[in-house]
Order: sequence, then C-alpha cells, then structure tokens
Amino acid sequence: MSQKVLLNATEVHIALHRLACQLIENHDTFSNTVLVGIQPRGIYLAERLKELLETEYKIKNIQLGYLDITFYRDDFRRSGKPLEANTTRLNFVVDEKKVVFIDDVLYTGRSIRSALTAIQSFGRPLEIELLTLIDRRFSRHLPIQPDYRGRQVDAINGEKVKVCWEEQDGEDAVYLVKN
Amino acid sequence: MSELSVNHLLGIKYITEKDIQLIFETADHFKEVINRPIKKVPSLRDITIANLFFENSTRTRLSFELAEKRLSADVINFSAGSSSVKKGETLIDTVNNILSMKVDMVVMRHPNPGAGVFLAKHINASIVNAGDGAHEHPTQALLDTYSIRERLGDVAGKKVVIVGDILHSRVALSNIFALQKLGATVKVCGPKTLIPKHIEKLGVEVETNLRAALNWCDVANMLRVQNERMDISYFPSTREYTQQFGLNKSLLDSLDKEIVVMHPGPINRGVEITSDVADSKQAIILEQVQNGVAVRMAVLYLLASKIMRDED
Repeated sequence: MSQKVLLNATEVHIALHRLACQLIENHDTFSNTVLVGIQPRGIYLAERLKELLETEYKIKNIQLGYLDITFYRDDFRRSGKPLEANTTRLNFVVDEKKVVFIDDVLYTGRSIRSALTAIQSFGRPLEIELLTLIDRRFSRHLPIQPDYRGRQVDAINGEKVKVCWEEQDGEDAVYLVKN
Repeated sequence: MSELSVNHLLGIKYITEKDIQLIFETADHFKEVINRPIKKVPSLRDITIANLFFENSTRTRLSFELAEKRLSADVINFSAGSSSVKKGETLIDTVNNILSMKVDMVVMRHPNPGAGVFLAKHINASIVNAGDGAHEHPTQALLDTYSIRERLGDVAGKKVVIVGDILHSRVALSNIFALQKLGATVKVCGPKTLIPKHIEKLGVEVETNLRAALNWCDVANMLRVQNERMDISYFPSTREYTQQFGLNKSLLDSLDKEIVVMHPGPINRGVEITSDVADSKQAIILEQVQNGVAVRMAVLYLLASKIMRDED
C-alpha cells in the first residue's frame, strides 16, 4: 500500500478559506441558511467551516447540524458488514431554509442521495446545496454534482481518498491511497 | 460495527451482554428518529413481517406494529381468536402458510413456553419472541433495562427488585437474565406461593418483606397480578395482597432514598401500585412504553440486517 499527498496542511487551509468565501458570496449573513455535516466524516469539515466563518469572517449565529444517513442507505443487506449508525443532531427544522450539505469526499453520490431523503424528515427545505472538499470526478453513479468543491481528483476505483483532520487524525492533509 | 450473535431473538438467555449493548446503542439512534417531525426511515422497505399473536396483547402488538411501520416494513397481523387455529391447524402449518406468502420475519406471542425456539428450528424466517407462556418476553426486558440505563445512566452495579407474581411472569425471568448480564443485582419479592421453587439457582435473592426490599433497591419493577393465569388461589384476597405487596405513596415517601418505579403494564391501579405512585415523578412507566418502540426498532433492524437477500 502506498500513499501520495494530494493536499498538505497549507493547501487544505487555503481551500477552506476559499470555500468559506464562496459560501459568503451566496449566503451573505447566513440568516436563512443552515449547514448540515454528513456523518461520519463530513462533520469535521462542517465544524471547521463554521469556526472559520465565525472567527475570520465575523458571521454570527451560524446554525450547524449533523445528519446521519445510515437508515436511508440503499445498500442495507447488500454490503457484507452491518451498517453502523451515527448520531443525528439537528436542533432546527429545515422548512423554508437554505440547506448546505457538507461532506469530505464526493464519490459515487449515493451518500448524498440518501442524505436528500433523510433531510426530508426534518421539513421541506427551500433549496439544498452541496459542498465537498474532494470531488472524485468520473466516478459518479448518480446525477449529483457539488456546488462548492475544494479540489477535483481523478482517482481510479481501486484507489481511496483519505481526508485527515487535526482534531481527529493529528494532521490536516488529504492522501490518495493505492492498494 | 459488530452484529448480533443470533439470527432470532428467542430469549435473553440466548444473547450476550455485547448483543444487549448493541441493541441499546442502536435504540439510541431510533429514539432520536421517533422524535423527529417525520418519524419514519426506509431501512426495512423490502422486508415483510408477520405479527402472530396466539394470545391476547394490546401494547406489545401495537408497539411492534408501530416499530415495524416506522422502519417502513410491510406488516401483516394475525390473532388466534379469528383464525384457523380454532379449526385445529397446527402451529407449523399455520406459520408455513403465512411464510409461503414470502414473509421474512415473524413476531410471535404464544401461550406455550418454547414456541419460538420450536418455530426457529422448523421454519426459515427470523423469529422474534413477543412472549411465550411463562417463559420469556425478551423485548420487554430490553426496554426495561434500557429505561433504567436512560434514567440512572447505567445498569451495572444497580440493585433491582422485582415485586409480585414471579411464578407466572415471563417479564420477571427475562428481566432477571437481562439485569444480571448487564451487571445488576436482582432480588425478587412476593408471596411465597408466587415465587418459583429453586429461583435462588438463578442467583437472585428472595425477600418477602416489601419495605426491606424497597429500602435495599435502586429500582422497583412492580409486576401485574395476573389473575387470568391463576387457576387456584395463590393468596387469600386481592386486598391482602395489596396490603403486603402493594406500593403506595406513603410507603414510597417513607423510604431512605428516592427509588425508580417501573411497571410493565397493564396496571391494576390500586392493586400492585396506587394511582398516585403510578403518576408520580419516580415512575417511568410511560418512558418504558416510548422506549419500547425504539428498542423494538433496534431489534428488528439488527435482525433484518442478517437476513440474506434472495437475489445475491
């Protein structure tokens, strides 16, 4: 197994700042916008963006929730191992809100398809956008594309994109892992 | 994530502590789901579940049915009163007829102990025991221990007394197994005639003085007096039972500490507990009912994830 650095810590930080600015362009004061981190790995990116928007760009009261999609997945009883659920924490109703889904890697698009179904349990959003740090293009199974992307990556199916976060994995970096 | 060590839930006796913890963790997620504006997930949309109730039940049947519907399973209901069982059909024939309609899981209540185990040996579907005679009622024990965990933070190290008709109670037996597997200490308390012989062999102590038992415990699970199962008189009168083993507010308030009061329902108000106890803050009877749906969703979800798909 070998791995190659796709983004180092500095590049991750530059991408985060750019994504934050792009969000501000479209959402201004975030008064009618909620950020939703997709469990399990999207929540770190979502927390980072919220912190960045609040400290660096002085936007107050950004609403952030975590959405777990386990019970909405289309591979229940298809994958060999059982699906592990994570905590959903949405302390608000998304009715008439602009929702931004936040996930670390967009690959087949199936997680986002599940998230689109899951979010309906919390109301009818005005619109939903998608932000991902890494967009693995040419690997989609569904017609789903991100509205905001940190970096586009061409990776073949045997390869894996690994996103590491300082608070969880000890460093900020993105790797391409080959088996 | 680990998975359940069993393909059926026939009794607490047959599952491990790890299984119980897995069910609890999964139930935590479902408890969040059933408090959402839209309380439904599509997980079991390709699963059909038959609820076979060969014995009367209201809350268990409703609780299972709600759990199944919240998981988007297709549900068929059957109760013995209105069926061919009355015409002499055997259990296996009845169930096989239902299974030939492509049913994946069976939730069954039956008056005979071991009916679930028997069925699991003979038919190809995942069985959930919803009560078999005076043997086991595993989902009730799971929701009881889950409710204790929710109220007191943990089950391990807690002292629980089960009061009342232990002899006829499947709830008592399943609770004893579940509590012990989770590290709690259990006592039983009731009239000698309603305590099974040799129950000490299960590692539980017998206490015949209710006040002493309540002063010892953190949690009191007050069982229902099951008049319908009593073919002979086990105590002189209901009034005498209430005087010795009924829990009232003045007894509850006179204890050294605040205990948690549970009841599996349906309550005989004024017999095993008085109304003011049942409706007090120390009682978690309605929490038990709410947790029942979440726990049953967890059990069904975890068992369903072990059913292989035909086409694969």
